[in-house]
Amino acid sequence: MQVPDFSSYITRDAQGAHRLLLAVEGMRCASCAFMIEHLLQKESGVEARVNVTEKRLSLSWKGEKEHFRTLLQPVLDHGYQLAPIDESNSGDQQKKEERFLLLCLGVAGFATGNIMLLSVGLWSTDSAAMGLATRDVLHWFSALIALPAVLFSGQPFFRSAFAALSKGRTNMDVPISLAVVLSGAMSIVQTTHHAEHAYFDSGVMLLFFLLIGRYLDVRMRGVARSAARDLLSMMTGFATVLKENGTEQIPLKDIREGMVLQVAAGEKIMADGLVREGLSDVDTALLTGETLPQTVRPGSSVFAGMINLSAPLTITVSAARNESLLSEIIRLMEKAEQGQARYVRLADRIARAYTPVVHVLALSSFLGWLLLGHASWQDALLIAISVLIITCPCALGLAVPVVQVLATGWLFRKGILVKTADALERLAGADTIVFDKTGTLTRGRPRLVNGTVLSEGALKMAASLAAQSKHPLSQALCAAYDGPLYALSVQERAGEGLEARYEGQSLRLGKRDFCGISQAQDRDDAAMEIWLAQDGQPQQRFVFEDEVKEDAATTIAALKKSGYALHMFSGDRDEVARQLGAQLGLVHVKGGMNPKAKHDALAELQAQGRKVLYVGDGLNDAAALSVAHVSMSPASAMDITQNAAALVFRGDKLAPVPTALYLAKKAQALVKQNFVLSLAYNLLAVPLAVAGLVTPFIAALAMSSSSIIVILNALRINQTKA
Amino acid sequence: MDVLLLLIPLALFLGFIGLAAFYWSLKSGQFDDPEGNAARILHDDLPLAPPPKPSLKTDENEKAGVS
Repeated sequence: MQVPDFSSYITRDAQGAHRLLLAVEGMRCASCAFMIEHLLQKESGVEARVNVTEKRLSLSWKGEKEHFRTLLQPVLDHGYQLAPIDESNSGDQQKKEERFLLLCLGVAGFATGNIMLLSVGLWSTDSAAMGLATRDVLHWFSALIALPAVLFSGQPFFRSAFAALSKGRTNMDVPISLAVVLSGAMSIVQTTHHAEHAYFDSGVMLLFFLLIGRYLDVRMRGVARSAARDLLSMMTGFATVLKENGTEQIPLKDIREGMVLQVAAGEKIMADGLVREGLSDVDTALLTGETLPQTVRPGSSVFAGMINLSAPLTITVSAARNESLLSEIIRLMEKAEQGQARYVRLADRIARAYTPVVHVLALSSFLGWLLLGHASWQDALLIAISVLIITCPCALGLAVPVVQVLATGWLFRKGILVKTADALERLAGADTIVFDKTGTLTRGRPRLVNGTVLSEGALKMAASLAAQSKHPLSQALCAAYDGPLYALSVQERAGEGLEARYEGQSLRLGKRDFCGISQAQDRDDAAMEIWLAQDGQPQQRFVFEDEVKEDAATTIAALKKSGYALHMFSGDRDEVARQLGAQLGLVHVKGGMNPKAKHDALAELQAQGRKVLYVGDGLNDAAALSVAHVSMSPASAMDITQNAAALVFRGDKLAPVPTALYLAKKAQALVKQNFVLSLAYNLLAVPLAVAGLVTPFIAALAMSSSSIIVILNALRINQTKA
Repeated sequence: MDVLLLLIPLALFLGFIGLAAFYWSLKSGQFDDPEGNAARILHDDLPLAPPPKPSLKTDENEKAGVS
C-alpha cells in the first residue's frame, strides 16, 4: 500500500524542519511503537516519537517535503495504518486540561506539605509554650505559602463555580470555592489579630485532596476518543477517478454521483456504487461482519468501506461520500455519542443534593450563633466558616475516582481495558446483554472440520494449491496441513477458485460450480465448503466452520443464571445464526442484520427501558456499540470498534464479559460504601463545627482520616476473586 | 527560636526548587505518555524483522507455490 498524500497536513517548525502528526492504527503494544520509531530514525535528521497512550506518531525531518513518502513506507509495509491528524482539532484541549490540573495538584501538594511542616508545631502545643512571636511567625509563613497556592490551585474550582453561578445555578464547586476562599481570608484576619488559630492548612489540604480526585477523573476520561471522528479520518484520502483523457486523483469530498472510480487490488472502496467492469473478491467484513469475501462482478453493488482484494475494479458512483452507508453509520455514531453525554453519574447526582445542604448548614450556624448564641459577628463567622470547611467533600471527591482507578487496574491485570470514566457504573446497571456472532461468540476464522475423513493425498494436494492464496478458506486449509507441499504454478480466478497443473492433470480448488458440481448447496446447509477437482471430476469436499469460542456455552449459561436477558444480533445469514443460537442456548436470535438494523434494534430494546450491554467486534457493530448503554469489544476487533466500545478485552475467550460485570457490581458497591463513609464522617464532624469546637488540628485530622478511610475501603477491591 | 527565621525560609526554598523541577518536567511533556515511557526503559535495540509478505495476491503476482 502506498503512502497516502499527507502533504496538506505538513507544518514547518521554528528550525525549518517539516513536522507531521499521524494517528497510528494496529499497534498491539509498546513494542510496536518502538519498532516504528526505530524504522523511522534510521536516517539522521529524522526525529520520530510515538505516544503510546494516545497512539500518535510525531515525525519531523529536514530537507525535502516529499521525503515523508519514503520515510513512512516501511511503517505501512509492516501492516500499520496511518491517518493524518489535523492539529487544530486533535484533542489538545484535553491534554492541556490534564496538564493544568496536574500542575495545580503539584502546587497544592507542595503547599500542603510545607504548611503542615509549620503546622505540626502549632498543633502540638499552644502559644503559652512557644511564645506569641513564634506562633505569629509560623502563621505568617503559612500565609505566605497558602495564599498564592490557593489562588493558583483553586482555579479549576473557581472557574467552575463562577460558570455555574453566572447561569444562576450552583454545583459542588461553589461550596468548595467558598470554603477555600473564606478560610484563607479568615485566617489572614485571625493572624493580623494575633489570634490562636489559623486555618491555612485546612484550606490547602482540602484543595490537595480534591485535586487528586479531579485529576484521576479527568485522566480516565482522557482515554476514550470519539470513534466516529476516527472513522472519518480513516476514510480521508484520495480516490482515482477515470476521465476521458486518463485518470485523476480527487479528494474524497469531491466525489460526486456518476463519477467513475478505479479501485486497484488492495485498495479501499471509497464510495457506494455499482461495478462497471471487473471481477474480484471484496472484503465486506467492515460492513457485514462476514468472514468470507464476496464476489463482485459488473452490476454488483459495492459500498464505501469494503476492501477490494483480487483484481482491479471500475465503479460508477451511486452515492457521494456523504450519503454512503458508511457515512450513515458515522452519523448514527456521532448522534449516539452526544446522547451518551447526557447520562448523569451517581456522584454528580449526590453533589447536586449536597450543595444546598452545606450552604444552609453554614448559614444557619452563622445566624444561630449571632442571634441565639449572642456571639460577635466575627466569632459567628468563624464558626460558619469552620462548618463550611468541615463539610467540604474531600472524601466525597475521592470516593469514586479511587475506586475507579483501582477497579480499572484490577480489570487490566485480567486483560480487560476500561476506556471511559462511567463504564463501570453503566456495567453495574446493565440487565440485558446482546452478542454479535462472528468474531465475538466465534473466533471469526474458519477452521477445517472434516480433516479426519480426508485422505492424506487430497489434503496435501489441496494445501499445495491453497498455499499462496490469501482467501480465508485457503489459509484455514493450509493451517490444517503440516508437511511438504508440491511446488505448483497456481492461477487464482477471482470469485471461483484456484487452478494448477500437476503431472499432466488439471487441478481445481474452489467453489462448487468451478469444480464441476451443478447442484446448488442446500439452503439449510450452513457449512462453508470448497471442493477439489481433478481433470474436471470433483474428488473431495472440504468443510469449514467458524469455530465457536471454547467457553461460549458455559459463559452464556452462567449469564443466564445471573438473570441477564440474552440476545444475538448477526450480520450473517439467518440459518447460520439460528444454528449457533440453538447450540449455545440463546433464544432471541436475529440474523441478516446490517449495521443500521443492529443499531435500530438495540435502540428499540433500550426504548423499552432495558439497559443493554452490547458485545461486538466488527465495524458493522460500531453504530450499535455507540448507542448501547454500555459496550465491550474484543481486542481482536478493529481499532475503530475498540474506540467505540467502553471496554476492550484481550484473549480468545468470552469469560471477560461476566468477569467485568461481576467486578463492576463490586466496584459500585464500594463506591456506595465510600459515599456512606464520607457522609458519616460529615455527620460526626458537623455538630462539632456548629458547636464551635473545631480547631485547625481537628479539621486537618478529620479531613485526612476520612480520605484515608475512603481509600482503604476502595483498596478492598483487590480482595475480589475472579 | 531566632534560628527559625533562617531555617523556615531555607526549607521553603528547597521545597520550591522541587516545585520548579516538577513544573519543568510537566511542561517538557514527561507526563504525557505514561504507558510509553514505562515500557521504553525495557526496550532493547534488536535488529528488526523484515516486513511480512505483501498481503495481496493478484494475477500479476503469481509465484510457484513452495512451502
